[in-house]
Amino acid sequence: MRIRPWYTFVAILVLFVLALWIALPGTALDVGGIKTKTNLKLGLDLEGGLHAVLQARPAPGQRVDGDVLSGLRDTIERRVNALGVSEPSVQTQGSDKIVVELPGVQDPQAAVNVLKQTALLELVGSQGPLPEGSIVTTSLGGPQSVGLNPDGSPISSNATPSAGNPAVVGTAGAGSSAAGVPSVVATDTGAAVTANGTPAVSASTVGAGTPAPDVTGAVGTPNATAAASPPAATTTADGQPIYQTIVQGKDLADAFPQTGQTGNLVVGFKLTDAGANAFGDYTGSHTGQYLNVVVDKRVINSARINSRIDQSGIIEGLDRLAVNDLVVQLKSGRLAVPLDLIQTQTVGPTLGQDSINKSLIAGLLGLAAVAFFMIAFYRLPGLIAVLALIVYSAVTFALFKLFGIVLTLAGIAGFILSIGMAVDANVLIFARMKEELRAGRGLRAAIDGGFEHAWPSIRDSNVSTTITCLILYVFGGITGTSVVRGFSLTLLIGVLVSMFSAIVVTRTFMSLLLQARGLARNKWLFNAESLTTVPTAARGATGD
Amino acid sequence: MFSLVQRRKLWYLISVALILPGLIALAVFGLRLGIDFTGGTLWELQFPRNDVTVLDMRQLLVDQGQDDPQVQVTTPDSSGKQNALIRLKSLQEGSTEKAKLSQAITAKYGPYTELRLESVGPTVGEAVSRNSLFAVLAASVGILLYLAYAFRKVRRPFLYGACAIVAMLHDVLVVLGLFAIFGKLFNIEADALFVTALLTVIGFSVHDTIVVFDRIRENQLRRPAMAFSDVVNYSLNQTLVRSINTSLTVVFTLTALLLFGGATIRTFVLALLIGVISGTYSSIFNASQLLVSWDRGEIQRLAFWRRRSGVAAAAGD
Repeated sequence: MRIRPWYTFVAILVLFVLALWIALPGTALDVGGIKTKTNLKLGLDLEGGLHAVLQARPAPGQRVDGDVLSGLRDTIERRVNALGVSEPSVQTQGSDKIVVELPGVQDPQAAVNVLKQTALLELVGSQGPLPEGSIVTTSLGGPQSVGLNPDGSPISSNATPSAGNPAVVGTAGAGSSAAGVPSVVATDTGAAVTANGTPAVSASTVGAGTPAPDVTGAVGTPNATAAASPPAATTTADGQPIYQTIVQGKDLADAFPQTGQTGNLVVGFKLTDAGANAFGDYTGSHTGQYLNVVVDKRVINSARINSRIDQSGIIEGLDRLAVNDLVVQLKSGRLAVPLDLIQTQTVGPTLGQDSINKSLIAGLLGLAAVAFFMIAFYRLPGLIAVLALIVYSAVTFALFKLFGIVLTLAGIAGFILSIGMAVDANVLIFARMKEELRAGRGLRAAIDGGFEHAWPSIRDSNVSTTITCLILYVFGGITGTSVVRGFSLTLLIGVLVSMFSAIVVTRTFMSLLLQARGLARNKWLFNAESLTTVPTAARGATGD
Repeated sequence: MFSLVQRRKLWYLISVALILPGLIALAVFGLRLGIDFTGGTLWELQFPRNDVTVLDMRQLLVDQGQDDPQVQVTTPDSSGKQNALIRLKSLQEGSTEKAKLSQAITAKYGPYTELRLESVGPTVGEAVSRNSLFAVLAASVGILLYLAYAFRKVRRPFLYGACAIVAMLHDVLVVLGLFAIFGKLFNIEADALFVTALLTVIGFSVHDTIVVFDRIRENQLRRPAMAFSDVVNYSLNQTLVRSINTSLTVVFTLTALLLFGGATIRTFVLALLIGVISGTYSSIFNASQLLVSWDRGEIQRLAFWRRRSGVAAAAGD
């Protein structure tokens, strides 16, 4: 490592400039969009926002398993996305909890109301396929009935909900076309989509034992049946179609992935007795039309009805991932598990900004104090350590950005603490170096010896910090305290980078300085002249 | 060179003097636990006025039907703004109860800025308490095993591990004890971040101890003829400056955070600061000294006082 310090030096310099480029805010010199991609993520305590933990509260007899919880999470995720928060995070935690983080949310009260709502699953009939993601009005009510605006965004707690504003529907922000597709158009698009393999729903061969008559001939023209049957949709006062709700979540008995006749994975579902009656009547008279899975008035799947379905059926034509998603939705929609809000944390933007400013000042002051101390005590090596520290800070910060670590107040504390630990490695090395000098070695040999002898201590001591960091990370995960996670991650990265900085950066700088002959001879610069000769006198001097 | 080992009984005494008051406070008052453990609500508001008092605010909350509300009010800042920190049994975001309270507060004090609202359910609190204990135990075991591994080439590796753990417990007790006292005197609460601080202190304490032990390990191999207590003393002297300098740099950064950093992590930083100072003390004055005490059979004498002579002779190597 010490053979070609210049090469290492250049490599360090390049690394430093790169790290600095990533670490510095702003989008100057945005080559390849890297700077915009590596925006520093601020935690809720710095940016402000809402952190909420919801717990599923199943009714007696209900059981919340992984699928149900995932379904609840997906439902909440959809609602949260409609809130328009920049980087929301919705995660399951443990067996029955969901953690929601909404940074920078303007109206936490409204957000909480949206989260708490119990999801409403409906199986809705329509003549043509409904675009996925669109918001519809069903015979059970419009989006307002589940606390949504017509465009699918939650109704704010401040604004009084205006019942069905048609202007908003026109500008639906969900990226989908307006919900109500007239029946004439529906046949057109229906035929087009069917050709591309629209999912189809048929009676399950496993359950009722009546094989679907046209499973193979799935590409039928729905025109004939559509024209024959009475129109499935009437319209609301403002011209929006109302689709008929055939059954609700509570009418579903079960949903599961299964292998279909062609060997593909399909969604199997069973209905309760009550549900089966209604479902059989409807599907029997509407074969060739469409069955839509609607959660909270948002269409998440649309499939053609192939045959009459009584007790059980399948939905086919979906890929593996979509099958699992739909099963999860149906299972959790079936239970309609209410959610309890068990933990919330709201941080206003004022407090966040105040915390950022204060931490910045504290960090700079701390760094300055350390720099002053190191230079005063260790002189030239101290200065080198400070330079290494600057490289260290830039690299660590760049890594935070690259790994997308969410920076919290505790995370900043972890970072600042790791600065202290980074210095420790240097202190260890310098102490060893001094000993080598005392023992009468030349400066070069002293430096090499210093690094070699200090390494085991540096390694061993950092392992213990690493162990605690990992345990903290797990602890933070179990208890859902993202603050703890942020702290352990920043401290861990800090500790790892600090080893690199002490061993590689400090050493390279030292070796280079030695090449300036005048410097190497000046013992004052190394604070070495004040040393007493300890080792020989020490032998056996103390015993008690 | 200082004879650090010779005065080990004095060092133990200082440690006991440091820990005992805290332990008593811990036993009598207990830790003042934050809402992370107990459940409850913390609500911080900022008022653009300077005449909010604890009594008035408390009365308002009681009038609104809140059970035993606790209020802290900051002194007005330069622009005349005042913060109120309110602790309630339970107040959920988005609840009608909160809307009612907001209305009452606005009616009395005018518009305010909501700085933060933290609400923790009681079951969450229990889980955090349980997991905290588990985390501390897991960290201890993990470190003990690692130490036994790192010092496997030394005689009695588990002795090193045990001494490091004792020093670590020392630091945990110092922090816990002082926070029990602070809780009583200054209403400082221990929250989930406090547990984080404790775990970090554990890591730091062992980090510090390892550096000293490492020297002992090295010197033992280099000077097999030297008496063990002399090896320890020599090693301690060699690492003394480093130990103090390292903790000084950490103390500098933490003090800067304590004085100028954000208010919400002040408790966290304070716990870290105390722990780091205690960790430095314990690694020099406890962990290594305990090695000597064990080596000389002093600990065994304390534990099995009946078999005094036999053990002492066996341990005199």
